[in-house]
Amino acid sequence: MLSISNLHVRAGDRQILNGLSLEVGAGEVHAIMGPNGSGKSTLAQVLAGREGYEVTEGSVSYRGKDLLALPPEERAREGVFLAFQYPVEIPGVNNVYLLKAGLNAVRKHRGEPEVDAFEFLALIREKMKLMQMDESFLSRGVNEGFSGGEKKRNEILQMSVLEPSLAMLDETDSGLDIDALRVVADGVNSLRNPERAIVLVTHYQRLLDYIEPDRVHVLSGGRILKSGDKSLALELEKRGYDWVKQEAAAA
Amino acid sequence: MASNPQTDPALEALVGQKYRHGFVTEIESDTVPPGLDEDVIRLISRKKGEPSFMLEWRLKSYRHWLTMKEPKWAHLRISPIDYQSISYYSAPKSKANAPKSLEEVDPKLLETYDKLGIPLHERARLAGVAVDAVFDSVSVATTFKERLSKAGVVFCSFSEAVLKHPELIEKYLGTVVPYTDNFFATLNSAVFTDGSFVYVPKGVRCPMELSTYFRINAANTGQFERTLIIADEGSHVSYLEGCTAPMRDENQLHAAVVELVALENAQIKYSTVQNWYPGDENGRGGIYNFVTKRGECRGANSRISWTQVETGSAITWKYPSCILTGENSVGEFYSVAVANNYQQADTGTKMIHIGRNTRSTIVSKGISAGHGQNSYRGLVKILPSAVNARNYTQCDSLLMGDQCGAHTFPYMEVRTPTASVEHEATTSKIGDDQLFYCLSRGISAEDAVNMIVNGFCKAVFKELPMEFAVEAQNLLAVSLEGSVG
Repeated sequence: MLSISNLHVRAGDRQILNGLSLEVGAGEVHAIMGPNGSGKSTLAQVLAGREGYEVTEGSVSYRGKDLLALPPEERAREGVFLAFQYPVEIPGVNNVYLLKAGLNAVRKHRGEPEVDAFEFLALIREKMKLMQMDESFLSRGVNEGFSGGEKKRNEILQMSVLEPSLAMLDETDSGLDIDALRVVADGVNSLRNPERAIVLVTHYQRLLDYIEPDRVHVLSGGRILKSGDKSLALELEKRGYDWVKQEAAAA
Repeated sequence: MASNPQTDPALEALVGQKYRHGFVTEIESDTVPPGLDEDVIRLISRKKGEPSFMLEWRLKSYRHWLTMKEPKWAHLRISPIDYQSISYYSAPKSKANAPKSLEEVDPKLLETYDKLGIPLHERARLAGVAVDAVFDSVSVATTFKERLSKAGVVFCSFSEAVLKHPELIEKYLGTVVPYTDNFFATLNSAVFTDGSFVYVPKGVRCPMELSTYFRINAANTGQFERTLIIADEGSHVSYLEGCTAPMRDENQLHAAVVELVALENAQIKYSTVQNWYPGDENGRGGIYNFVTKRGECRGANSRISWTQVETGSAITWKYPSCILTGENSVGEFYSVAVANNYQQADTGTKMIHIGRNTRSTIVSKGISAGHGQNSYRGLVKILPSAVNARNYTQCDSLLMGDQCGAHTFPYMEVRTPTASVEHEATTSKIGDDQLFYCLSRGISAEDAVNMIVNGFCKAVFKELPMEFAVEAQNLLAVSLEGSVG
């Protein structure tokens, strides 16, 4: 599904990713963990197509396509989804309107008929139930006046509507209380299926109690230093990141 | 756009026969040589067969105009205008030079019409193809005139009103915008050739939205039109003004005057979508739009509401205002102004509170893109007599790109301690974050910008009549095309 090879990325004169390689297969859930400033969010942003980063070396192949050659909206239509760490507010633009426009752009790309307002409303009501979102959400502006938790739930709601093949969740757990975390995790789990790959970017093992990953990677200094199964996350929780760095330095 | 008059079957049928009935009216072939003096004014007045009070008013205005200078206070850069090089009695476009058919019209213009979704038959008229005389046909006029006259509403050209209702003209003309008001209004008072006139009698709720689309002559009435709307006690009227497609006119002065009078318990809603030719990407050509629009809430509990979407013109100088004389009267101003490429807009409003408990609301949204310069200029004046007056002003600016500018000049004069005045202002940039968020959901850059801009303008668009709101959105999309991404 996703194959990242020797990826080097610079922002301005700062080298952020330094030869990162990663393989993610369909149906898998990968967790990328690492200390602050290790390049986790940059990876997610670069894959989604954010401007301001320069790829100096390496390649990213997504379902056999050169992902980096596609503009961001094409990536989204091809099934790449990023749940933002800090979802932005767009005043006056209705939440539902944005999401419907997104869904129809994706459907059009796939050669499927666009959904009309009624079909969409039925669809979104069903998905909102899953995310335990209030009816008033329908009439509000995009993330306008949302609490931190509401914003994160809204991201997962969007994911459930857009049904991406590759979903990247950038610190979706940050700023959530335990109840909200459970709702978000349940939402994500319900979206796990054999065709979909999910990449979780997170600081903490906490999220992984709820969403069990197939693989865990430690990102530090712009590279993946160590990979393992979910037990690695538990070990990181206990021991921190330094031992991984030392191990990598020794190797 | 189901309620759009364009889709009216009777009208549709009529429009279908346009090529059979094409003719050029006398007015359009009649052009006075450039230049302005008292003889020209006498000539205009004579050609229109005006009563002597009109001629005297024109001459009085002209003599006063000679003593005036162009205002320089606006945040605008204007090339000098030679008032002697303008012809003061002619249609804005000579029919002789007009394209004979749509094939001769600039394809770029047609493309724009396409995007706006303007029906084919409308395009010919908007592009100035010499067929629009057919719209003057009596049968179009009768369909709506019958309905209106049943209700007692007078809706006709200004010239017709001068002849048929001189008593109303004499009573109200210049009572809101006096002939001495300002350089451009005074010039207009001297030389205006036509415009619209509306009188809604006591207690009548006008049975339909009045629009310049219906009042055919308005589409081609010169640069100096004059509109007068009188809503008698307890009446209601909604008036739509605007040409929603670019004109071919180049570097033309447009100095209109609009006067509104609302008597006791009356309501006037005046909506404008202005899309005069803004000049090209390099700032060549375009309309200089110097317009004086003012309404007076003369009676108690009256209400005047201005809604404008200004996307056109090279230069816009326009401050639709309300004089709140009557007790408990309400003035409103909702505005979206766009300045793209080298457009300059200096627009805003004046709310003059005179009566007790008067209220006013100002919502101004300025959008600047390219090298556009957009200024909001607003005055809230609360006189000592305006006990308990209230004003709320919100003015927001949106910047697209880093070559454009947004400026805010709010003036407040409050002379009573019981008044309450609120002002909020914001300036924001179409954020890369907002844009990227939309892109990452599969939405194209163009759609994303439209969405963000429309969201920004929502508070104003919701004040527009339905069919206008849709057009305004389309127009905005066309005006800002290529500004981001």
